[in-house]
This record gives sequence, structure tokens and C-alpha cells, in this order.
Amino acid sequence: MAKANGSGANGGGSNGTQVTFLEAIKQAMFEEMERDPAVILIGEDVGVYGGAFKTSEGLLERFGWERVIDTPISESAIIGAACGMSYCGLRPIVEMQFIDFIVCAFNQITNFVAKGHYLWNAPAPMVVRGPSGGGVHGGPFHSANPEMYFVHTPGLKVIYPSTPYDAKGLLKAAVRDNNPVLFFEHKFLYRRIKGEVPAGDYTVPIGKAVVRREGKHLTILSYAAMMHTSLEAAEALAKEGIEAEVIDLRTLLPLDEETILHSVKKTNKCLVVHEDTKTGGIAGEIAAILCEKAFGDLDGPLMRVASLDTPVPYAPTLEEHFLPNAKKIFSAAKELARY
Amino acid sequence: MKKELTRQQHLDLYYYMRLNRAVEDMMVKLFRQNKIVGGLYSSLGQEAISVGTAYALEKKDWLAPMIRNIGALLVKGVPPRDIFMQHMAKYDSPTKGKDGTSHFGDLDNLHIVSPISMLGDLIPVMTGVAMAGRYLGQKIVAMTWIGDGGSSTGVFHEGLNFAAVQKAPFVLILENNLWAYSTPVRKQVPLENLADRAKAYGIDSYIVDGNDVVAVYATAKEAVERARAGEGPILIEAKSFRRMGHAQHDPAEYVPKEMRAYWEARDPIALYEKYLSTEKLLDSRNKKEIEEKIDTQLVKDREFAENSPMPPPELAETGVYCTGDDCHKIRAKWERPMAEVTPPRSSVRAVWTVPGFGSGKGSGGANAPIHFGDTQPAAREPGNKTNSANGGKPMAKMAVKAAPKKTVKAGAAGASRKARR
Repeated sequence: MAKANGSGANGGGSNGTQVTFLEAIKQAMFEEMERDPAVILIGEDVGVYGGAFKTSEGLLERFGWERVIDTPISESAIIGAACGMSYCGLRPIVEMQFIDFIVCAFNQITNFVAKGHYLWNAPAPMVVRGPSGGGVHGGPFHSANPEMYFVHTPGLKVIYPSTPYDAKGLLKAAVRDNNPVLFFEHKFLYRRIKGEVPAGDYTVPIGKAVVRREGKHLTILSYAAMMHTSLEAAEALAKEGIEAEVIDLRTLLPLDEETILHSVKKTNKCLVVHEDTKTGGIAGEIAAILCEKAFGDLDGPLMRVASLDTPVPYAPTLEEHFLPNAKKIFSAAKELARY
Repeated sequence: MKKELTRQQHLDLYYYMRLNRAVEDMMVKLFRQNKIVGGLYSSLGQEAISVGTAYALEKKDWLAPMIRNIGALLVKGVPPRDIFMQHMAKYDSPTKGKDGTSHFGDLDNLHIVSPISMLGDLIPVMTGVAMAGRYLGQKIVAMTWIGDGGSSTGVFHEGLNFAAVQKAPFVLILENNLWAYSTPVRKQVPLENLADRAKAYGIDSYIVDGNDVVAVYATAKEAVERARAGEGPILIEAKSFRRMGHAQHDPAEYVPKEMRAYWEARDPIALYEKYLSTEKLLDSRNKKEIEEKIDTQLVKDREFAENSPMPPPELAETGVYCTGDDCHKIRAKWERPMAEVTPPRSSVRAVWTVPGFGSGKGSGGANAPIHFGDTQPAAREPGNKTNSANGGKPMAKMAVKAAPKKTVKAGAAGASRKARR
């Protein structure tokens, strides 16, 4: 089980530098392409333009046209081609310009890419990554959190990091993994947060959650941008004497049940916070796991703070109402703490 | 256009067409004995297409069959018993009973990619195989098939367009058998010749009589060599007819009897036998030898298939993920110097050059505006968003609010806020 220190957000390295979330992702791609010529990047506007979010800035200059491939607007073709490349021993990184557009390739991912190893022993070592999430007024088609469509698909791995350290280490681990990995990058974090990454090569294990803040009164499970919001709420709760343990799930598939159960068996209360909409979100799955494996340890109901069950609205007033925030988390946690 | 075939090659084509039909005839028997678990799809009358096209490939080339391309699998080297066992869901089948029909492949030896039931998906996948082969210096060609029905899918367009843009060494066989399940081609595509679809992608195409195996082979051979030479993808429309229903359950009474009779009179194997005997390439003794060889093999393969057990139930739980090197050692087979694709030799000037207009500029650098959600680049605001005074704490102190009032600052992202579509 991963603990906060050491393998946590900043790694504790002394030679590290402070980089943005976005820079961490770029570094991961750069270093993996440097390390292994089987790694290539493919996607819309990833080459000359450097990506709509500049995550692939400079990669074309360094690695050339054969390894950084600008494509037509054809998500199914991009995913399909990457899959074919992976069958030949390459390790393509696919950028979805916005992760919203991943659903255009839903069939390719869920039927072709995900099922190959199970059905005919064909591993597809590829990463599909892209900017996700709201809070930036991108509107209903540029703000999605579609992770749960894919968490429901055996054969995929799904990662959704919250810190530059994890973004870099998990992306490197994803590139080296022999399975198709979906890697969600919350665009709200791209240039808003900085964190330390160590100087040398490192990876963060896929499938391991991490305790970001220790506490004894209740457990808050979260990931991505909402992990930071949950920590903010935890600080406010502490001022009222409620010590929340905040866990960053980091990987949603496979889910780190061990870390979740260990914490909930200690605090006996669990609140799940996610930016994904409520119905069918990961909180429901976690509720089921806790009922199956920790029912006797629960002193209160599993509670959820999530986005409304609506499309992501555009106007700032609407979107702010739609999204979870520290206040909503604070209220839910206080209610849960009363049990 | 015609490439001269040797006598042996002529006989190979004959052998594989006969084998194709015999394998399917035997599976019809197995189906009627309830030994085939799911559906059974027939390529009766279309054998010349599967065999003639696949025969144009080299051993190192890749193919991905569709449901009516058992002949292509046989040419590529799949033993009939594997095909029997696939259909019978046996433990010794290539997928160990996890999937049926022609849904199996072999990445390492035969270079076969498995199809899925959703049509058209193989087109971008095989484009990727072709691109990877080119990247690795393997000089391979990738081939797949699509029906008249499947040519209406979105991914057909996406895949073929991308293959064309990339000039991928890829050959697509459009098998026009005039029926997509119960729907005639006229209700699917408003074109007389489906090969015309190629014009939309700026690629070359051929139309060939799909019941003439020599013509199919010669056309495919030329297309494969042109693709291998770097001319880009090529589409071949092979015109034929689906003589059975969509699958065994379907009597296909929606097809006019006269139409069926017309095509039955043009059976590709009967036509080819006539040609071979006119050309004195096959006599009754050769024919008998081939028939006996096929009979002997299929009896043996059928017996093996029938004796193979059903998979143990627990097998259903295994194999969702590759567990690492113990499971698959994934290594690209380089046939060009890696140095060509690694720095500094890979380094380029990352600009678009437009003929007649010169070059644009490169990307705006690490602090360039981004599409959404930009803030002032962190580098310009030292001390603001950075992690300070947090020491060894795992969590950086981050001024993150769920929905900040000032998300997009003027100038930084204003110019790029246009929606993408």
C-alpha cells in the first residue's frame, strides 16, 4: 500500500525541479520517446502546432515526422491505426485533442483494442491520453469526464492523476505497460499547479492509490482536480476538529481496494468526491465494494459529492453550480462526521 | 497487367479454392450435426477472391480476414483443424473457445490480425500495421477485405482516408457480393462501381471479376507490388455474388431465384477447372490427387477437432490483461537502423511549408496560449502558483478552487477560445 511520504506527490527528491502538470506530461513523453524508438506520438495537431494544449511542444523537432504524426480529424482511424502499430511492437501514444472526442472511437477502444488480449492473445501496448474535465468554461463538449465508460470495459487500464509527479510517473508506466491504458489529464490542472519531479527516470505504479492527508474521523476518496478541492475542504474541516483522511485514487481501473479498505476500516466513514456526474460514477462502485467487504466497519452511509446529472453547462454561473466544490464537500463531510 | 503464373502456381490456386470449399462443406455438415456452437457463414462462390488476393502476398505480409475469407486464412497457412475448432469452440482452437468463426489471429508467425464483428474496423488497424511496417523498415504490405455493406461504415471512410494521407502500403479488397444480409447493394450504395469510392481518397482502384481467380490474383499482385513500392493504398473491387444466406440460418428467399441461377452457372471453381484443362494445366489424375489430398487432411483434421475438449469453465476468468514479459515479450522487429529515427538524425524543422507560399512559423513555445483553461503561464508568476513553504509534505499547497472566478485571462487564451468544431 502506498503511503503519503516517499512515493507521494513530490517524491521527496532533493534534485527535483518544480514543473507544471503540463510540463510533467511533456517530459514523460519526451523521455519515453528518447528511451525507446518504438514509442511514437499520434493525434490531431500534435506535431507542428505542438498540441492544442502544447503538451507535445518540441517533440516533432526532436523526433521527426515519422514519430510525431499529425492526423486527420478521425478518432476511430487514429485509435485503430495505433492499435495496428501496437500489434507490430510499437508503443504508440495517442492524443485525443479533447478527451470528449474519445467517444468517437468508442467502438475501436472497447471492442477492438480492449478485447484482443482476452480473445486472441494479442496485447495492445498503447496509451490514449488527453485533456479532460471542467472548471474552465469549455462547455458541454470540451469538459467531459468520460472515464466511467471505460472503467466498465475489461481489458483497459484507466489512470486519472492529480499531481505533476504522478502525471509523469504514471504516464511513463503507462507507456511501458503491455496493455491499453487510458490516461486522463485534467486540463484545469495543466498550468495551475506546480509540483516537484525528480531529476532522473522514475515510474509510479499503476493501480496504487496514495494517502495525501492522514486523518482518523472519515475517509475522503477522490482523484484528479477534485483531489485538490477535497484537500482544501479537509483543511477547513480540521479547523472544526474533524480530521479527514484524503486518498488520491490515481488509477480507477484497476482500483486499489486495499488502500481504500485499509483507510475505511480505520475511519469507519467514507465520502467519495468526483467531478464525473453522480449516477454511474466510481462512487457507486466503491459503495458496493464497501458493502461487500467492509459493511461491519461502516458507522455511517457512504456519501457522494459529484457533479449534477446533467451535461456540463457553459455559463460560469451554471458550471459552478454543476461542479462539486470545497463547500459542498465540507457540508457532506460534516454531515457524515455526525454519525 | 497479367503476370505469368507457373503451372505450380496455377495448381496452388486450384488447390486452395478446392480446400476452401471442402472446409466449408465439412463445416455445413458439422453445423447440421449441431457441432458448431454459433453461426456459420459461407463464402460459397466467392472462393476466388479470398484465395486469389491472399496468394498475392508474401510470407512477411500481414492480412486480416473478414467472415467470408477462410480461403485467405488457408493460403496464409492456417490449418483447417484450427478453423474447425474455432467454429466448434474447442479448447485447442486458436482462441481456446473464447471466440468463434474467423475471429482469431497470429501476430508472431503468420501475421494475421483477428477481425471483430463491427465492420470496417480492420481498415484503420491494418493501416496502422502498414505504417508500423514501413517505420520499422520491413517492406511489408497489409491487406484486408470489406463487403459492399461494410463500405458504408464511418470507419471505412476514416481508415481509407488516413491510409491515403499516409500513403500506407495497404491494399483493401472490396468484395461486392451484392447483398448485405437481406439488403441489396442498390439500397446501400448509389454507385454502379464501388471502386469509385477510391476517387474520394485520391487513390487508385481496380475492378475485377471476382469469379476469375487468375484475374483476381493478377490484379492483387500488381496492387500489392505497387503498394510495396510506396505508391500508397489501393482499392480493388471484386464483383461476385453471395450464394448462401447471410449465415446458415438464413434461406435468403429475398434473392430472386434467377439471380442465384445466373451466378451458380459462373461458379469460380468450375470456371477455373475449365480454364486449367483447356490450358492443359490439370488432368483428371492431378485433380484426383488434389481431391484425395484434401479429403485425407480434412478427415484427419475433423477428427482432431472433434476430439478436442471444450474449454474448462475457469478459463473464462483468465487473460483479460497481459501480465508483462512473462506473458508477452513485446519487441519491435527493426529492419532499418534505429539511428535513423532517433535524435539527432530524426531532428527536423517543425514548420509547415506550403508550395508557392514558403513556410509558416513553429509552435509558440512552452508558454504559448492553450485552447482552454489557460492562466497566466506559471513561469511568469513566480511564487504565485508554485509550491512554497510546504517542505517535505507530500501535497503541494495549491491555490486550486473548483470554479475560480478568473479562469481565462485576457490575452493568454482569448485568441484560442474558439470551439474546435
